[in-house]
Amino acid sequence: MYVAVKGGEAAIDNAHRLLADRRRGDRSLPAISEAQIAEQLSLAVDRVMAEASLYDPGLAALAIRQARGDMIEAIFILRAYRTTLPRFGISRPLDSRAMRIERRVSATYKDLPGGQLLGPTFDYTHRLLDPTLSGDPEVPEPSRRDGGVGGLARVSDILDGESLIEMEADEGAEPGDITRMPQEFPLSRAERLQSLARGDEGFLLALAYSTQRGYGRTHPFVGEIRIGLATVEIDIPELGFSVAIGEVRVTECQMVNQFKGSAERPPQFTRGYGLVFGQSERKAMAMSLCDRALRAAEYGEEITAPAQDEEFVISHCDNVEATGFVEHLKLPHYVDFQAELGLVRRLRAAWQERGVVSEAEEGDAPIGEAAQ
Amino acid sequence: MPQTMSLLDASLDGGFGQPVFEAQAAFRLLMDAMARPGSRHRVDADVAAPGLSGPAQATLALTLCDADTPVWCDDAPPALGAWLAFHTGASLTAAPGEAAFAFVGLGGAVPDDLPLGSQDYPDRSATLVIEVRGFGEGERFRLAGPGIDGSCDLAVDGLPEDFAAFRAANRALFPRGLDVVLTAGREIVALPRSTHFIPSEG
Amino acid sequence: MNAATYNFAYLDEQTKRMIRRAILKALAIPGYQVPFAAREMPMPYGWGTGGVQVTAAVIGPGDVLKVIDQGADDTTNAVSIRAFFRKVAGVATTTHTAEATVIQTRHRIPEYPLKEGQILVYQVPIPEPLRFLEPRETETRVMHGLEDYGLMHVKLYEDIAHHGRIATAYAYPVKVAGRYVMDPSPIPKFDNPKMTMSPALQLFGAGREKRIYAVPPYTEVKSLDFEDHPFEVQTFNEPCALCGARNVYLDEVVLDDRGGRMFVCSDTDNCESRRTGTGAQS
Repeated sequence: MYVAVKGGEAAIDNAHRLLADRRRGDRSLPAISEAQIAEQLSLAVDRVMAEASLYDPGLAALAIRQARGDMIEAIFILRAYRTTLPRFGISRPLDSRAMRIERRVSATYKDLPGGQLLGPTFDYTHRLLDPTLSGDPEVPEPSRRDGGVGGLARVSDILDGESLIEMEADEGAEPGDITRMPQEFPLSRAERLQSLARGDEGFLLALAYSTQRGYGRTHPFVGEIRIGLATVEIDIPELGFSVAIGEVRVTECQMVNQFKGSAERPPQFTRGYGLVFGQSERKAMAMSLCDRALRAAEYGEEITAPAQDEEFVISHCDNVEATGFVEHLKLPHYVDFQAELGLVRRLRAAWQERGVVSEAEEGDAPIGEAAQ
Repeated sequence: MPQTMSLLDASLDGGFGQPVFEAQAAFRLLMDAMARPGSRHRVDADVAAPGLSGPAQATLALTLCDADTPVWCDDAPPALGAWLAFHTGASLTAAPGEAAFAFVGLGGAVPDDLPLGSQDYPDRSATLVIEVRGFGEGERFRLAGPGIDGSCDLAVDGLPEDFAAFRAANRALFPRGLDVVLTAGREIVALPRSTHFIPSEG
Repeated sequence: MNAATYNFAYLDEQTKRMIRRAILKALAIPGYQVPFAAREMPMPYGWGTGGVQVTAAVIGPGDVLKVIDQGADDTTNAVSIRAFFRKVAGVATTTHTAEATVIQTRHRIPEYPLKEGQILVYQVPIPEPLRFLEPRETETRVMHGLEDYGLMHVKLYEDIAHHGRIATAYAYPVKVAGRYVMDPSPIPKFDNPKMTMSPALQLFGAGREKRIYAVPPYTEVKSLDFEDHPFEVQTFNEPCALCGARNVYLDEVVLDDRGGRMFVCSDTDNCESRRTGTGAQS
């Protein structure tokens, strides 16, 4: 006799135990620590912090460990934690001009005040697997510039000085908050940038790439990429001034794009902007290309490509949402499948009755329909 | 100085003793009221707000208002602003057009420029809370529409003048329009915009 | 970071208030999808985060919660969501439809008739009934605003032209209180007739799509159809192989790889109650 499947709770418990076992792996090897992850897989930690929208390397490292290195799972864990946090205050806008620079490159000028700083880049490494990294080889101390580098003018400021690039003035308006307000299209640029900043790196990378291949071309030049530590300040109303509460590592990309001009305004370059937690040049660059592509309507450009389509890009760039909906297909759907099965059997029966083909192997449809 | 103290006292008193559970219970009551227009409900919480009419209005403010919902109130005393700020985080607005919730006292007039929502976003409208003298006697109405099994009768004493005309005009805006909550001391009756409001004899 | 620091029913009070306000608007405009700022939940989008947020915003210590997925109380996700609320809200749970005050469901409406005072919370993946005809939110919003549902009728009519009948077996669109066309969530159309004039309150939560909508009790919910092609529900030729019930929705169970199959109740509580003679049953 058939007995319906039971014991969901026990099955779930067992699955979780097995998951914990696999996460730990071979017990004869030492367990990895969050500190090790934060120090030695720091770019993974940066990505998790960026897409979870929470700056906390320790918790991001814990999330990576808990997720067995599945980045989107780690991002999800940290995001779900983030939503439960109370808000104690709102920071002032970060001043990227004042940040302590670790890397700074411009593709638009050969040299500029402060110079080009390569910083900790993969750019000129030869991608040869390095067997000497196995084990724990001695690593020499890096050379550092005395006193660090701070207060470097941005390339956009240099262009601004000549009015060669569009001005971006603070309108003083309260920016929307995509985590607190229901989304309404079209979004403000502030809301769009918030979405892109937590958007999936791979998705934005592919879209950015598509603009370079002609699907919404923006003629980009990297005005500047800078990576470094920016000070976070909050206003304390009782004190009447702002207080520095710490530093965050960020990557900023200012893209200089296709110039525009009209009868009223002389030609000027336009901008695309990217700002990401941690060191993530790829993400910041992709974000700035997408930002510029999404400003098509602002410049009266024809919207023909996916990267220019705000509703398409913003509705699909969040990997926590995307992975949830794609993966939910593995949940049981047998009620709906049964409904479809019944319908297809009925349609097939009707089709065969019409006598077009008679290779029927189908018996009576077990499911019919009745008028209400 | 004594003035300031009394303002402070008034703003600290009158809230929920157990905010999480009292707000949940009050919300369920409001939800039931909104789901079954014309049905009468009674709030239990011993709450009071300076400038709001009674426990029902204060309960509604504590349950639904916060920093995202500007509140308009006719003849709002200064203490109400402090009370709202302390207990809910909501701010008082002098402009009905900005209000998410509007509170009208007994005999007060309904402001005519409350947000009605748009055709695309009809939810962006205000909720109008009006204190009346009581239910069960006074002006009689027959109600119909979603949430009502056939029709039901409601008698209200102390409605603002021209309330029937206001209701008819409001209903004609559907899906835009105001959702009305009538309060009388501890009692609550909801009349969402979807309710048809038919004056009846007797 | 430990569970003890979470608020009753997990959500913080501000989030609950925001959801509660959305629910009240949804009740006032039956069938209209109210945008809300859905939060990330500790379970993935697609697992019922919308339903969970709605349940968390309405549930109180005195409630008795039932959770079903595919009609069954013991499917893994139903078990998981029930355990979540037991943990974060400490509420009583039940599998009996008649005992529950709040029922969260994915893909079914219980067979046993719901009564006044009960709340049915649907988990919704795609709340927009017009989404597969017009992917853009900016467009579908205007269509709802103008009550322009021509596209939907064209789609249903094309079904009839191609297949001789309306080829939608689940998530069959309905019109609520004569105004808004609404997605009833992916329930089989078998369940659609249970929605109209139900004494229970029906709330719909779509977390990823950030929408809440509602059908108040005693509200007309009409499945879209044509005069010459009236709405029909599925019927099964045989009764449930376990309890013998007719006029209930059945799951097809494959018994072997030689075509052997049987049909059993999708609503496991109703089936069990019928077999053991306990509890209320339809």
